[in-house]
Amino acid sequence: MTAEAGQLPLHVLRFARTLRAAGMPIGPGRVLDALAAAAEVGLARRDDFYWALHAVLVSRADQRGLFDEAFQLFFRAPDALPAGLELLLPRAPAAGPPRREVTRRLAEALAAGRAAPPGSSPPPQLVAGRAEWSDRDALRTKDFEQMSAEELREAERAVAAFRLPVPDLRTRRLRADPGGDRIDPRAMLRAALRAPAGIPLRWRSARPRPPAIVALCDVSGSMSRYARMLLRFVHALAAGRERVHAFTFGTRLTPVTRQLQRRDPDDALAAVARAVPGWEGGTRIGACLHEFNLRWSRRLLGQGAVVLLVTDGLDRDDARGLAEETARLRRSCRRLVWLNPLLRYAGFEPRAAGVRAMLPEVHEFRPVHDLESLSQLVEALAPARAAEFLRAARRSTRGAAAGSVPPAAPRRA
Amino acid sequence: MSVPAGAPPQGAPRALPASVDDAVALLASGDYVADRSLATGLFLSLRLGRPLFLEGEAGVGKTEVAKVLARALARRLIRLQCYEGLDLASAAYEWDYPRQMLEIRVAEAARELDRARLEHDLFSERFLVKRPLLQALEPDPAGPPVLLIDEIDRTDEPFEAFLLEVLSDFQVTIPEIGPVRAAAPPLVVITSNRTREVHDALKRRCFYAWIDYPDAARELAILRLRVPQAAERLAREVVGFVQRLRTRDLFKLPGVAETLDWTQALITLDRTALDGDAVDATLGVLLKYQDDVARVRGAEAEAILGEAVQEARVP
Repeated sequence: MTAEAGQLPLHVLRFARTLRAAGMPIGPGRVLDALAAAAEVGLARRDDFYWALHAVLVSRADQRGLFDEAFQLFFRAPDALPAGLELLLPRAPAAGPPRREVTRRLAEALAAGRAAPPGSSPPPQLVAGRAEWSDRDALRTKDFEQMSAEELREAERAVAAFRLPVPDLRTRRLRADPGGDRIDPRAMLRAALRAPAGIPLRWRSARPRPPAIVALCDVSGSMSRYARMLLRFVHALAAGRERVHAFTFGTRLTPVTRQLQRRDPDDALAAVARAVPGWEGGTRIGACLHEFNLRWSRRLLGQGAVVLLVTDGLDRDDARGLAEETARLRRSCRRLVWLNPLLRYAGFEPRAAGVRAMLPEVHEFRPVHDLESLSQLVEALAPARAAEFLRAARRSTRGAAAGSVPPAAPRRA
Repeated sequence: MSVPAGAPPQGAPRALPASVDDAVALLASGDYVADRSLATGLFLSLRLGRPLFLEGEAGVGKTEVAKVLARALARRLIRLQCYEGLDLASAAYEWDYPRQMLEIRVAEAARELDRARLEHDLFSERFLVKRPLLQALEPDPAGPPVLLIDEIDRTDEPFEAFLLEVLSDFQVTIPEIGPVRAAAPPLVVITSNRTREVHDALKRRCFYAWIDYPDAARELAILRLRVPQAAERLAREVVGFVQRLRTRDLFKLPGVAETLDWTQALITLDRTALDGDAVDATLGVLLKYQDDVARVRGAEAEAILGEAVQEARVP
């Protein structure tokens, strides 16, 4: 019994540290809670011990898998041992390949301190070299596809400077505002106490809030160059505002919000490249949108989000279910903007099945193949013109894309 | 079970559970069939005085936990329903402005010139309108109340930030009066449907429990408890049907609440067993999206029904 009492806190401590190394946000306060919780339930039942640590250390639904795996690995149970004793035998996982995709993070965390994770290949270096650039104007209209590595580098820098001024949402939260449209009784009362006589009027108005932005970037083979540029754009967005969520899709949908939170853009993009399977593979747009609608849309699109869908619309699945899924996506967000690099061809016609399926379902359809078009996007989303676009988009939701693309867009046929 | 048999006398406060088994029994005494993870989370949060943060899909019984807790412990239930734009004035306290302004007028008319005293009078408890959070900090003869903060994901970040003070120190600071502190902290239950992620700073102060859809055995137990008038065969078939439906690729899976509603609906239609017509006619009780209803209605419902009926026959 004394051995238990002595050993247990140590193991809980090391377990918490392992989870922290695996990326879960566990501070010293939580570790103390975990110790208290473990002491409360004791070791009599393995599942109680499990759920006690779970209640304290897990704080998001998506951490449950990682926790479960870590717990099973850390407090591994040789069957022959009596109940309780097993908890005193924490072991690192045996050598060998990790069982599943998730485990890699965990395996690295468990291995940390012993040795560097072996065989970790360097991230794919997509672009290298230092910029040596002079002619900015030519760069602005040069297609990303045709840029050299240095030019891309320079373009990325320009992209990072873009800000996306999406119109703010009015919230129901009020703030003091001398030009407001509602009276502010609390401020009036305070003013009344100071005023020599009478009750002076004070005003307040609704506080605006920037909407969430969700970017869905196609990273299949046909999109590779653009995808990198657009991810760079999203990274710059995320640095400037809260509530930016990013996903990549190709054959599978991958959330990359966390990777893009790294400050250094190259670091962030390398992390994305590591996290995304099937980079530059095929595209299954319908299936990926379906997964987004099913698993993510309710969590991310709740409070008036704007969705940027970045893809060329070339679908390997022959656009199966694509129209329905795009329509569902449009109904769940405030605004669905399709950014398509294929618009660079002056004679672009929506011939591909995927494009034809998606086109009637989006609020807005825009080119994104060069810097010029990106800055036009930024302009188009600016508050002053947004209302106009929204009206245009509503008029032509069911028609072709014609009405929703501004007359200023030069490359449309 | 370690809890003494029989219901506790009305009005007498019941002791908090002393073990996880006690917590299971406590919830069971309020007709709530809990799994081990929820009971452990609840036990720890009561024992260590922390809020319990419940997440899960809609309709799995998150809000019910707080209601059952209040009923089983014979405590007062104070509910704060969250919505976007919820602010201090509706969540914690507000001054009664019309009465305060009247008071100023009266003072003026009576040529009351002592402004300091007037101010002191105006900002006293007499003019304070107490909202749920402040009510929850007040002492209660039955013991600290259960404070339910429902659907916190509907509010915004500023309100979460305000909650930090309430949840870590169990106090509300009113600038004109000073901090109001609870003598005994309320039992706090927070629920979230995960329409957005709640900030870690808030969750850090809570114990977390994820409520999943129940397995067949537990769902059947819940159904028997909550809709005792359902025929045994109907109950088994309903549970089998819903369990199978949850493995399908639907936009919104039916929760336990939908199972209960559906059973009620079927009983109202005088059914003692499932049949194709009844399923098609009442599918809207179970599925709340037209896409889902259209997908399931007809052939797929027929297939699921066949399996469920088959399974219900084999005990």
